[in-house]
Amino acid sequence: MEQTVNNPAQASSAYNFAYLDEQTKRMIRRALLKAVAIPGYQVPFAGREMPMPYGWGTGGVQVTAAVIGPDDTLKVIDQGADDTTNAVSIRQFFAKTANVATTEKTAEASIIQTRHRIPEKELREDQILVYQVPIPEPLRFLEPRETETRKMHALEEYGLMHVKLYEDISRHGHIATTYAYPVMVDDRYVMDPSPTPKFDNPKMDMMAALQLFGAGREKRIYALPPYTKVKSLDFEDHPFEVQSWKDECGMCGATDSYLDEVILDDKGNRMFVCSDTDYCSERQDAGHRGPQHHDQPLGTSHSNGKAAE
Amino acid sequence: MTRSNEPLLRVSDLTMMYGDRVGCRNVSFELRPGEVLGIVGESGSGKSTLLRSISAQQEPTKGIVEYHTRIDGIRDVYQMSEAQRRLLMRTDWAFVHQNARDGLRMNVSAGANIGERLMAVGDRHYGNIRNAAENWLGKVEIATERLDDLPSTFSGGMQQRLQIARNLVTSPRLVFMDEPTGGLDVSVQARLLDLLRGLVHDLNLAVIIVTHDLAVARLLSHRLMVMQRGEVIESGLTDQVLDDPQHAYTQLLVSSILQN
Amino acid sequence: MSEMLHAKNVAKGFTLHTQGSVTIPVFEGVEFRLNAGECIALTGESGSGKSTFMRMLYANYTCSSGSISVLHDGDWLDITTASPHAILDMRKRTMGYVSQFLRVIPRVPTLEIVAEPLIALGAPRETAMEKARDLLTRLRIPERLWQLSPLTFSGGEQQRVNIARGFIADYPIMLLDEPTASLDTQNRATVLALIEEAKARGAAIAGIFHDHETRDAVCTGSFDVTSFKVGAND
Repeated sequence: MEQTVNNPAQASSAYNFAYLDEQTKRMIRRALLKAVAIPGYQVPFAGREMPMPYGWGTGGVQVTAAVIGPDDTLKVIDQGADDTTNAVSIRQFFAKTANVATTEKTAEASIIQTRHRIPEKELREDQILVYQVPIPEPLRFLEPRETETRKMHALEEYGLMHVKLYEDISRHGHIATTYAYPVMVDDRYVMDPSPTPKFDNPKMDMMAALQLFGAGREKRIYALPPYTKVKSLDFEDHPFEVQSWKDECGMCGATDSYLDEVILDDKGNRMFVCSDTDYCSERQDAGHRGPQHHDQPLGTSHSNGKAAE
Repeated sequence: MTRSNEPLLRVSDLTMMYGDRVGCRNVSFELRPGEVLGIVGESGSGKSTLLRSISAQQEPTKGIVEYHTRIDGIRDVYQMSEAQRRLLMRTDWAFVHQNARDGLRMNVSAGANIGERLMAVGDRHYGNIRNAAENWLGKVEIATERLDDLPSTFSGGMQQRLQIARNLVTSPRLVFMDEPTGGLDVSVQARLLDLLRGLVHDLNLAVIIVTHDLAVARLLSHRLMVMQRGEVIESGLTDQVLDDPQHAYTQLLVSSILQN
Repeated sequence: MSEMLHAKNVAKGFTLHTQGSVTIPVFEGVEFRLNAGECIALTGESGSGKSTFMRMLYANYTCSSGSISVLHDGDWLDITTASPHAILDMRKRTMGYVSQFLRVIPRVPTLEIVAEPLIALGAPRETAMEKARDLLTRLRIPERLWQLSPLTFSGGEQQRVNIARGFIADYPIMLLDEPTASLDTQNRATVLALIEEAKARGAAIAGIFHDHETRDAVCTGSFDVTSFKVGAND
């Protein structure tokens, strides 16, 4: 049963504030400081066992636990939505162990933990975005040896990264990577932005908020301080492009957000909806309507369009 | 620019010891641009150890390896920073492994294999990289339709030729080869040797080739060093060493070749 | 007359380590000079070391003692002590050698084989190819064979390719080892003409000729290697 208790004294006394002990939090904060000092560089940290398995956001949770304070307001999203199982679990976790205020509104959050999306709404300098990362090493799939990848980062040997993009173009005619699209940070380190769609990559460039990345299983932390240059890798004759859709959001009519495809029935009818639920509901509250919104008259055409790249 | 009579590589008193065991000892020689030096000897002679040391892969116990770089003049290879050494090995130097799989990325296409060195030094135009790779496939006599195929679909001889293309695409001046024809069928060997001979000649490559096969040495090298138990026991012009061997061991090696 | 080559007090013996380290002496105390415009025949009975001596002049065989000096680039080069690099340079620009047998490299066409020494000297490719065609024509190698490797040619054809290759560059010094051995009368005459042309331009030539006619026709002198055989003057 969900509790939204605001009195720290009534929070569960079996746990330290935000679950982790203070020494662990200091260890993580030291790692975070190093990460912020070297944008895009993967800092190893002594990740703890968390009460959820690897693959469920333990890295992100540890980072959040280290930076969150009693006055913070936490938002947790998973694929852009606040109401999925994972997002709800993590939000409850912090409500129980830290007794912090939680919210679904991007503008009201001071810390946003996310899996696989960046909020559509532009973030501010007083906000922190915490990403959940499965595999932090962008070169891993081409070079399995950790000893080699560390050297490559140290010596700025990134030719291999372009080999991957070359392969894409030779096989598919274009760079087929659509998420976890590698970026060059501050003209120095190549970084995996976590499995966010490449649509979100431009948001990372010169973002006003602090961006922190936690990989629990691999035990790595990295960071992008505010206003850091982030450039997606590409070729001169195959420049980086974001996805685009022919359709608008069926609920709020937005044409500039990342759309999820929703199958409506067995006849192949489908509609497209903003993946960022807060963004969509904010627009609807402001009066925007998409063709499938229940306010709209019936007979408005269902979309049979497909997402365009 | 190296004038053609200045040494490209100078090895002085190179010694590699494994505890008390001698890998190779007191090896000294110079190599000029466009020269091919063969290092021959049987298994255990120390030739592979020597090759690893002079190609900057294993620091010797004693001795110096100096290379005449393009912009910085003569540099001690083991006094360079690791970054500089790795850059050298990717651009001005090349290493052809006996087993092609050791010198290729088996999980990316032939084109990507050849293009990797170009991308590593900053080439960012897909079309140009692809053209260069296609060009090189032609030079090593692999059908250009195979540009997007994985090396695992190539025959042994083709893989070896692909390895050579991958190495030569950045126009290196010095190529190290470790038994490049070992493990290949005889007819495939002949074709590969002829290709190597042509490329060495056309590109004015300096080559150090380690081989146990005297016929390969005779075909490709200008000079020869014969090794036995870690020491160079005879060296000189290839035709002189093979036609008028002075040392007992060299005579044994030469007489062991079956004559037609 | 200008001296081009001087062998001084040269001795040669072979030590066969694989056969109990027995030493087989060949000759000793050899004094030999070669001047521009000369064609000297190396004579002597079979086994006297004519071929051995010629190979020593080319630095293919070592000298057991003594020195062999070659006028190269205006300087005297002692090939018994010179670096491999210097000897290779001498062979490229100063001394040509027509051996008895053509070393065939598979897949290289005849025209390439013949033109190669001239291209190595820096001549433009087309010039070299043109001269190669001329020589091959003179030596009666049919045009249809020019793009083929000599691998399948007859002994005589291979020898003629060898000669073409040997004569394409204007070497100041030339060594000819049995240049007419497998040739018919017509081609022997052509080789004769080639040697005369080389003499006329001032080349210094040493040759081994079993064919007395050719020898008498072109040679300006002879040198008997037998007289230096070890034990010959005892």
